[in-house]
Amino acid sequence: MLNASLKQLATQLLQRKISSVELTKEFLKHIKTLNQELNAFITLNEEMSLAQAQAADNMIAAGEAHPLTGIPVAQKDIFCAKEWLTTCGSKMLSNFISPYDATVIERFNQVGAVNIGKTNMDEFAMGSSNETSYYGPVKNPWDSLAVPGGSSGGSACAIAARMAPAATGTDTGGSIRQPAALCGISGIKPTYGLVSRYGMIAFASSLDQAGPMAKSAEDLALLLNVMAGFDTRDSTSIQREPEDYAHDLEKPLGQLRIGLPREYFAKGMSNDVASAVEAAIAEYRKLGATIVEISLPNARLSIPVYYVLAPAEASSNLSRFDGVRYGYRAEQYTDLEDMYKKTRAQGFGAEVKRRILIGTYVLSHGYYDAYYLQAQKLRRLIANDFTDAFKQCDVIMGPTTPAVAFNLGEKSSDPIQMYLSDIYTSAANLAGLPAMSIPVGFGDKNRPVGLHIIGNYFREAQMLNITHRYQQVTDWHLRVPAGLLEV
Amino acid sequence: MTLSLDDVKRVANLARIEISEDEAQQVLMQLSGIFDLIEQMQAIETSNIEPMSHAQDMIQRLREDVVTESDQHMLFQAIAPQVEAGLYLVPKVIE
Repeated sequence: MLNASLKQLATQLLQRKISSVELTKEFLKHIKTLNQELNAFITLNEEMSLAQAQAADNMIAAGEAHPLTGIPVAQKDIFCAKEWLTTCGSKMLSNFISPYDATVIERFNQVGAVNIGKTNMDEFAMGSSNETSYYGPVKNPWDSLAVPGGSSGGSACAIAARMAPAATGTDTGGSIRQPAALCGISGIKPTYGLVSRYGMIAFASSLDQAGPMAKSAEDLALLLNVMAGFDTRDSTSIQREPEDYAHDLEKPLGQLRIGLPREYFAKGMSNDVASAVEAAIAEYRKLGATIVEISLPNARLSIPVYYVLAPAEASSNLSRFDGVRYGYRAEQYTDLEDMYKKTRAQGFGAEVKRRILIGTYVLSHGYYDAYYLQAQKLRRLIANDFTDAFKQCDVIMGPTTPAVAFNLGEKSSDPIQMYLSDIYTSAANLAGLPAMSIPVGFGDKNRPVGLHIIGNYFREAQMLNITHRYQQVTDWHLRVPAGLLEV
Repeated sequence: MTLSLDDVKRVANLARIEISEDEAQQVLMQLSGIFDLIEQMQAIETSNIEPMSHAQDMIQRLREDVVTESDQHMLFQAIAPQVEAGLYLVPKVIE
């Protein structure tokens, strides 16, 4: 049951072979066995999860089942969920019981999915290893010495260790795809604007996008069907006809053209990652795809551009944490300004402060043109590269990360090395394009390798079709870390 | 570009984050490294490029000027650090 696909679980629920209450209890039991070691969840609330499961069972009994009714979903702790502690991985929100639901949470509630718990994450989604969480690091289920990636590391770990059949993540520079790659699972960051940001605690608003994380492309399609949709409460939500992302899953690849950016394959990628990615591309050739070489000449600038724009937006977004309306407030202070300064000094961790300071600096008087404006211009050049590339190909493929998961503590004292983990992923956020990662094998120390797929705007259904076809002829997505299902 | 200790302190003040001398020293070293990385941007000629502020070219949606939210201040203030008579309390600002 713990290793079943969403479709299999839905069938079992519908045929009353198992109830949602039983299923939820089974996952909660598995979580309790593993969470002390893996630390994937910050908050569990058995009572609330089981109440949702009971309601789901009633929906099924009444013949009102949706494909995800009764299915447990692990929610990244960045999504506000009514009456749930919602910390965003920070001390700043360590006492924040959300008074409302994020749109993503509301949409899962509407179809009768069960919130199985809130997953660990880098503080305010700033990090690539889950080590910046106030609630301690998450471990990679494949190797307890390794990081799970970040910032959605708790969600990725939960899926890989089969502590939940589905999870949500958010991705500002790679935070769904990089942990998906390092934990050997599937994850998609949709086109910017497809999933509502309402109630999703903001990091960099022009880049943030929520998406599903799961075992397979087929599961991602079912989850995206629930998550995507126009929302008047998000001013950048895109108004378009609803789409069934599972509709094209079985379509043959036909004349698919896969673009390989010469810059991504030139240098920087480790040998083990290169061989797994090349083997996956060979598999696509067998499935009938054509390979074209493309160029993304400005992609190398995406890290510097990202580390100007994301901190700039973060410094503005995080100014709301002032100790007045909600969250942490320092215990001792002399006056209002001192209260702000002590609250923020004590409530934020080192990486968050670092990014607020970078952002404040690049937006400050005298530096705006040289940094912020220049970064916005380069953002245009990076996006234009993709427009040109998509004239020659349908999707772009490459490695999700330059290497397999690194060790806990290996990069935590070197921010720049940590930032470079997102070297292949952040360009898609800058351009607003959909991008995903699927497992395609194992590299050094038997740690997972992810294949990165970037699609054109709103081509999620096509990307899910392409990755589903690959997963029908391979079994990397079905691999489970040794020993985890037997405990 | 070289960042100074005074820059770090000035920016920390703008961001309303208290910072000790030791922390400022440490942050200075880290930020200098990050700004070396960021400096790569300066090598590219961009005088004719229009800045891209957002992932999608979209115009701000407008809505009718009607009340859509109900009064929930009791609910929202229940989680505030300090509240009295429906007001958020902060240290005295005006003598």
